[in-house]
Amino acid sequence: MPRPVLAALTLAAALVALPAAAQEKLTIYTYESFTSEWGPGPAVKKNFEDVCACEVDFVAVADGVALLNRLRLEGARTSADIVLGLDTNLTHEAKETGLFAPHGISLEKVNIPGGWSDDVFVPFDYGYFAIIQDTEAFSTPYKSLKALVNGYPEQRLVIQDPRTSTPGLGLLLWVKAVYGDDAAEAWERLSSRILTVTPGWSEAYSLFTSGEASMVLSYTTSPAYHEIAEGSTRYKAMAFEEGHYLQVEVAAATIKGAENPLTAQFLEFMTGPGFQNAIPETNWMFPAGETSKPLNPAFDHAVKPGTKLSFSADEVAANRDAWVKEWLEIMSR
Amino acid sequence: MGQLSDRRVLAGLAGLTAVGLLIGGAFAGLISQAVTEWSGAVSALDPYLFRITRFTLWQALLSTLLSVAPAILIARALARHPDFPGRSIILRLFALPLALPAIVAALGILALLGRAGIFADLLGWLNGGQWQGIYGLSGILVAHVFFNLPLATRLLLHALETVPGDQWRLAAQLGMGPATSFRLIEWPVLRAALPGVAGLIFMLCITSFTIVLTLGGGPRATTLEVAIYQALRFDFDPARAVTLTIIQIALTVMVVTLLIRLGTDMVGDPNLPVSRRRPSIASRRETIFNFALILSALLFVAAPFVAIIVSGLQADLSRLASDPALHRATLTSLLLAIISAGLSILLSLSLTVARSALELKRRGQGHPSILERLLDTGAGFVLVVPPVVVGAGWFILLLHSGNVFVMAPIMVITVNAVMAMPFAIRAIRPAWDGASKRHEKLCASLGITGFNRLRLIDWPSIRRPALTAFAFAMALSLGDLGVIALFGSDAVKTLPYLLFERMGSYRTADAAGIALFLGIVCLALMMLADRTRRNA
Repeated sequence: MPRPVLAALTLAAALVALPAAAQEKLTIYTYESFTSEWGPGPAVKKNFEDVCACEVDFVAVADGVALLNRLRLEGARTSADIVLGLDTNLTHEAKETGLFAPHGISLEKVNIPGGWSDDVFVPFDYGYFAIIQDTEAFSTPYKSLKALVNGYPEQRLVIQDPRTSTPGLGLLLWVKAVYGDDAAEAWERLSSRILTVTPGWSEAYSLFTSGEASMVLSYTTSPAYHEIAEGSTRYKAMAFEEGHYLQVEVAAATIKGAENPLTAQFLEFMTGPGFQNAIPETNWMFPAGETSKPLNPAFDHAVKPGTKLSFSADEVAANRDAWVKEWLEIMSR
Repeated sequence: MGQLSDRRVLAGLAGLTAVGLLIGGAFAGLISQAVTEWSGAVSALDPYLFRITRFTLWQALLSTLLSVAPAILIARALARHPDFPGRSIILRLFALPLALPAIVAALGILALLGRAGIFADLLGWLNGGQWQGIYGLSGILVAHVFFNLPLATRLLLHALETVPGDQWRLAAQLGMGPATSFRLIEWPVLRAALPGVAGLIFMLCITSFTIVLTLGGGPRATTLEVAIYQALRFDFDPARAVTLTIIQIALTVMVVTLLIRLGTDMVGDPNLPVSRRRPSIASRRETIFNFALILSALLFVAAPFVAIIVSGLQADLSRLASDPALHRATLTSLLLAIISAGLSILLSLSLTVARSALELKRRGQGHPSILERLLDTGAGFVLVVPPVVVGAGWFILLLHSGNVFVMAPIMVITVNAVMAMPFAIRAIRPAWDGASKRHEKLCASLGITGFNRLRLIDWPSIRRPALTAFAFAMALSLGDLGVIALFGSDAVKTLPYLLFERMGSYRTADAAGIALFLGIVCLALMMLADRTRRNA
């Protein structure tokens, strides 16, 4: 075997062998941006390990969808105690796998617009989808989704593909929630304004900040990033009269994790300041539980939707295929 | 003789088996999962599939044509002017697009031709109205040509450089003009290399994903690859993913077979070259034409890079340079790239050696056997098996056999190595075929066989192309990570991974800085390969 290969194998083996401490361990499956150095992962790990005298082991896969697929494949033999990072559009399918256990904790600290009650999934953050405008490209914001749909053809929008991206699916549901059966017609009008449809959020947002489009689909909290990290108020979320579509991110115990006492302790911890304080300025979403300090004022500037729009997980599961197909028909013309 | 060629063929068989195992294993994994829910296989076959298949083929064929046709002229111009100022830098630059993540290249191109691009005003004026950017088929084509024209140029130039110096001397002595020497000397070599090069580029374009969606302007422009990705990543429907992948492979096999029919088999020159490698001197008019050609190709490829450099320089480079995450990612990238490039060369060499041994055995007569064909183009088809399919399939297989975390880096290395094989084979094969044909009788009569022959006789003639192949494979290996979407990726945080991580957490400037850094690392690798090559 060539020496570099040997070296790499040794390295890989060493990386895996390292966390073999004799402590109690909690294994959490999550998505990559959660555990990245910019994400909430590092702070959450430290804060929980301080109170639990245990070791938190994150396993990160690409995104929320990959997370569910990974769990499906591993089935009951998964090593995950907790799966963290599904969103409400996935919870129906997740429940159907029968791999999740009731959380059994009190949800009194949970704070989600419209309230939350679920015996399996515990929310850890939420956000509203919003169209972000580049105020250097045009200054007057659209006041409603309908105004946007009928707006100036020169002002272009970048969106994400609902087949490959969660925000992309979010916009699809948003339009459906506002327009109902007329959604197809709305897409038809909007389609001439859409500069391009990207596979994921990153590509769309990069096109937007590079000046290619004057609007992008993102979250109401996106401008807070630019304000806090860059001191810039160039990018603003537009408040729509019809309301904004809500995305809630959740975690749940697996049936294997239900046997680990640390699991319930973590879910409980997740709804409190040790976890929630990290959320706003690392995940750039709103905390879904109790924080011990007020949010950065930049978050107060975020659009506060008058109406919260959302479909239930069951409705989404039942209609997603048909709605995506409808969208595809119109957009491929 | 029999034993010797047997051993060469055995090496090829081993290489082919390794590739077969990688792909076969992935399919086995997916199919084992698909049998529980196979309805997706049927539902995949709808009118929409027909539409995207048509578009996939159309854009790939156009992209291939637009990349390869100019590349013939550019490669020839470069071959005829070995003293062209900055030629080696141009060639290194031409290897860089391969290492760029698609979105970085797309942003580079849009910085020029996009709605807010440098040329937007000019293009808007020409177009009579506000310029709306190159979204649509034209955008896809420009991006694909940006990726593949330089690749085709380098590969064709390699083929041209296998023309022995003797032929050029003879051409000069006979006073052949550019047209005659093209027809008699260059075209036969190019024609032999073209099907392979075109096939390779066709495969790269057929599997294009981010470019097609982002620059295509929306789902109007969708490839099969997007549908496969959706089937696996979003819907987790292995049956549909397998069906779509098989359609993608079948289409590619059809097109590539057609391409091969258009080409001819290369007839290697059995004589030992005695003259210096030096084409005939071009006339003044031809020189001007060639220089203009090379310069416009250079502009076309370099301009997006300038855009990438400009936006990269806006990043906080000093902070980035001292970022430990960047150091770790660079090390990981280099380690993975070197190992997988090494593995790739090993596999490619084994296939090339076996194929040429089989061809020599039948003395270039009759039809090549199935094995010979497999060794030739068969391995190339791995390119159209999407990495996400390989990754998911192996994940399912390995799930029942222990620790999947250890497997993430190994998956990245093997998949990258195998994906780079078609490139490596294209670079190595012309030189190897010529050399082994030249040396065959001599070695047989001197009784030099096996490893000794490889080391003493054949290696010196393929050292240069092998190093080129190595550099290509490394550049490629710096790229895709789709293969480990399910595996858990903490062990393989490479530079492109870091780039996406930053891009995904609003740090666009950091991402631009990393893209610049990725380009620099790749350029350094190319220079290193060139230096080793010169000293070799």
